[in-house]
Amino acid sequence: MGLNEKPLSTLHEKSSFNLEDFDVPSGREESWRFTPLSRLKGLHKGTAAAGHITVTVDAAPEVTVETVGRDDARLGQSFAPADRVSAQAWNSFEKATVITVPREAVASKPTVVTLTGSGEGAAFGHLLIKVEPMAEAVIVLEHVGSAVYADNVEFVVGDGATLKVISLQDWNDDAVHVSQHHAQIAKDATFKSFVVTLGGDLVRLSPSVTYTAPGGDADLSGVYFVDAGQHLEHRLLVDHSQPTCKSNVDYRGALQGQDAHAVWIGDVIIRVEAEGTDTYELNRNLILTDGARADSVPNLEILTGEVAGAGHASASGRLDDEHLFYLQARGIPYDEAKRLVIRGFLGQLIEKIELDELRERVFAKVEAELAR
Amino acid sequence: MSTLEIRDLHVAVEDKQILRGVDLTVRAGETHAIMGPNGSGKSTLAYAIAGHPKYTITGGSVLLDGEDLLEMSVDERARAGLFLAMQYPVEVPGISVSNFLRSAVTSVRGEAPKLREFAKDLKAGMDALSIDPAFAQRNLNEGFSGGEKKRHEILQLELLKPKIAVLDETDSGLDVDALRVVSEGINRFRGTGDTGVLLITHYTRILRYVKPDFVHVFAGGRIVEEGGPELAEKLEAEGYAAYTKDAA
Repeated sequence: MGLNEKPLSTLHEKSSFNLEDFDVPSGREESWRFTPLSRLKGLHKGTAAAGHITVTVDAAPEVTVETVGRDDARLGQSFAPADRVSAQAWNSFEKATVITVPREAVASKPTVVTLTGSGEGAAFGHLLIKVEPMAEAVIVLEHVGSAVYADNVEFVVGDGATLKVISLQDWNDDAVHVSQHHAQIAKDATFKSFVVTLGGDLVRLSPSVTYTAPGGDADLSGVYFVDAGQHLEHRLLVDHSQPTCKSNVDYRGALQGQDAHAVWIGDVIIRVEAEGTDTYELNRNLILTDGARADSVPNLEILTGEVAGAGHASASGRLDDEHLFYLQARGIPYDEAKRLVIRGFLGQLIEKIELDELRERVFAKVEAELAR
Repeated sequence: MSTLEIRDLHVAVEDKQILRGVDLTVRAGETHAIMGPNGSGKSTLAYAIAGHPKYTITGGSVLLDGEDLLEMSVDERARAGLFLAMQYPVEVPGISVSNFLRSAVTSVRGEAPKLREFAKDLKAGMDALSIDPAFAQRNLNEGFSGGEKKRHEILQLELLKPKIAVLDETDSGLDVDALRVVSEGINRFRGTGDTGVLLITHYTRILRYVKPDFVHVFAGGRIVEEGGPELAEKLEAEGYAAYTKDAA
């Protein structure tokens, strides 16, 4: 597979499985200009796989889990890498994990995939989650430990199927993680993604969505908390190439401390053939201290005149003095008032996590961040 | 018995002098009405006493039972026994009314109320103000109607039981039924006799339900006339024209 022809859209420039189709990023490219390349520990320039990530799966009984080699024909059917690191991960992984939810099966419990890093050295991975027609499942991806890790994750959601994914980036402070999440949504399928990024020195997560037939529905939520020195980047791409599909993106973050850096890019393309598309994307950042920085760039490219709805919004700002005044005027001390407002701001999204245990865990982690 | 003493208070907003020497003493058991035309500085008085960061004190003092309120942070003032019912309560996303109220009660009382007791108090308070119980799970002031916001302010007043309550245009935007419900709440609060009320209003309407002991007319950033309830009746008949001319 060679370099695809450049599509009409300017937001999705090229994709290829060949590493040499992508130059080593210099930092001047639009897609790399926010990322501190010097902290990628070589992931973008062909570092050998010297590290290791342990993948363990606690699966629902209805679900099959396989570890497969590079030659498995099911891999790489739903996407093509769109940047250098994604192509590097595709060309460098040794074993892939394939999780299949069989046709019409309804998973009776969440399937938890734990990816544990064990220190120095780059590692590459590949994960395929395949939900066959009319099946339903919840998948939790948990990233823990120390790692220099690049991977591609494919979510293939069949006709009428429902997949809910919660991806928790809870790395140690020194971890570097560059990850692509590719969701391919078939006819009348539903995909809900909830990303929680808290740990790591540098995390760059790029969730993308494509549709193969009308009626698909994607809901992408994300919460991040950036501490001093951390770079947490989320780059979303929703490519509406089919009629009457929906997408909703809502990412919210809080930043505190010197050189805390959040980047959010939200690209939505509505192609000529995607009539009746309904899409909205939102990013909000709460900047809690001096020295923190949020870059937020929503891009909406509409190539048809027949949309049901299309909107985007981005807002980054400080805590609202009026909120704090109101709470303090009721006797609530400043620090607690602040904590309540931030918890409320992120909590509105966290409430959407349907798994009680995980939702409470995420709340507890956010509380812990606030207590720092 | 508590006393709020305001002495020669001068307040500026962004270098613009708004209050120009306010003197007022509110004692427990008393209800004072402050009336005046728009822009006379009534709300500035309320917010300055409560400690809103937008207002700069340029002179004078405010003492609650001898303690200097102006030296305290906003939350310390509230814990010292001051309450401000706001004209435009702000919407705070993601915080439920019940969580907010429990945090506020815990802060003001210095200890967390027993859960069962708090739930009982909350329900009784909401019933008394004809507030739908589902309200407790809604986000703070979010999507509340004007009347709901004001009822919720009075609910807080009754739960927090301050020594001195400043009510900033609590009557504005209320229909007659809501005005009656809210006034009954204020009357329950002051009925104990050991709390003072400073009622700021543009209209005399609420004073038919909440009878003041003293009426002060505010114009040009200070009190220009004082009297008993009869002064409100005079204002009802004659309006503020005489005072606005004076102030200008």
